[in-house]
Amino acid sequence: MAPRVIVVTSGKGGVGKTTATANIATALAGLGKKVVAIDGDVGLRNLDVIMGLENRIVYTLVDAIDGICRLNQALIRDKRIENLYMIPTAQSKTKDAVTSDQMVKVCDELRSDFDYILIDSPAGIESGFRNAAAGADEALVVTTPEVSAVRDADRIIGLLESMEKSPIRLIVNRIRPHMVRKGDMLGVADVLDILAIDLVGMVPDDETVVTSSNKGEPLTLSGNSIAARAFKNIAARIAGEDVPFMNLDVPSGGGLFGFFKRAFGNGR
Amino acid sequence: MGIFSKFSSIFGSAGEHTRDTSPGQLARDRLTVVLMHDRADISPGMMENMKHDIIEVIKKYVDIDEAEIDLALENEEDSVALVANIPIMTVLRRRRQGR
Repeated sequence: MAPRVIVVTSGKGGVGKTTATANIATALAGLGKKVVAIDGDVGLRNLDVIMGLENRIVYTLVDAIDGICRLNQALIRDKRIENLYMIPTAQSKTKDAVTSDQMVKVCDELRSDFDYILIDSPAGIESGFRNAAAGADEALVVTTPEVSAVRDADRIIGLLESMEKSPIRLIVNRIRPHMVRKGDMLGVADVLDILAIDLVGMVPDDETVVTSSNKGEPLTLSGNSIAARAFKNIAARIAGEDVPFMNLDVPSGGGLFGFFKRAFGNGR
Repeated sequence: MGIFSKFSSIFGSAGEHTRDTSPGQLARDRLTVVLMHDRADISPGMMENMKHDIIEVIKKYVDIDEAEIDLALENEEDSVALVANIPIMTVLRRRRQGR
């Protein structure tokens, strides 16, 4: 299989890019793929703490680019699961510390060693995002079912299209099924209709996401909560498996059993 | 309309709100308008200016009801159209030049 470089982005901040990156990377490793997650948010380092690898950092992406170390010295191996690696970024530098060309070079160098290279992009549409996305073939756009987040997602999709990323696929995060049911919140159907791109997964709002980030253990490492399952499904779809979507929009059949009972495949 | 929409339109009516006034529908409607403007790169302010200019041009030829003019971006199938509804009061008789 040809290695795939995927940027995880959103436009708006705080919608769950880093959480998605950590969980999907971990889940892909769980599927036996060799994965590296790169923190592309220079100056606002976060992926290391979400993945619980903050104490293992010696060198960063910026050090490797500056020639202070070799690229593989900046690679941190996750000891909890085979085949998972992370490259942290610098906390004390600014967005300009890494250029687009340098990012392309880093990604290309990693292609020979990994099946999947996931890049956690910073929020926004400026140079930080452009640099993070520069080396990627594909994109995952994370949004929440809110007007502001969907609007920014639309903008970022336009930019990704102009950068010729393909496929560009959508993750709708933090869905609250009971609110969608009551008509109090945008549903996945609404978001998909409006943005008109392919869905790769939807993740319900789940408290285990908070506890897992507190502990620095991605949910997909061992969890079996609804969000953990959602992220595992996303990873499987990225890897090419045909996994039916959970349907979070329809009325509850009650409890977890009803939740899975409602899952259906729509052939996407 | 995707399959999700069909499902939500079947089950959505069971909600507590009527479809037009629910916060979810309101979000959808607002997003649709915002994105039409974003994608066409026309701000609400520009729309106002354009409306004003169009009125000035049309007024030279016909008597129009300025208060009733409706100019908006509308979704038509896969494209966005600028749709104007301009009620005409009376068509002015044009003076013939040079006679």
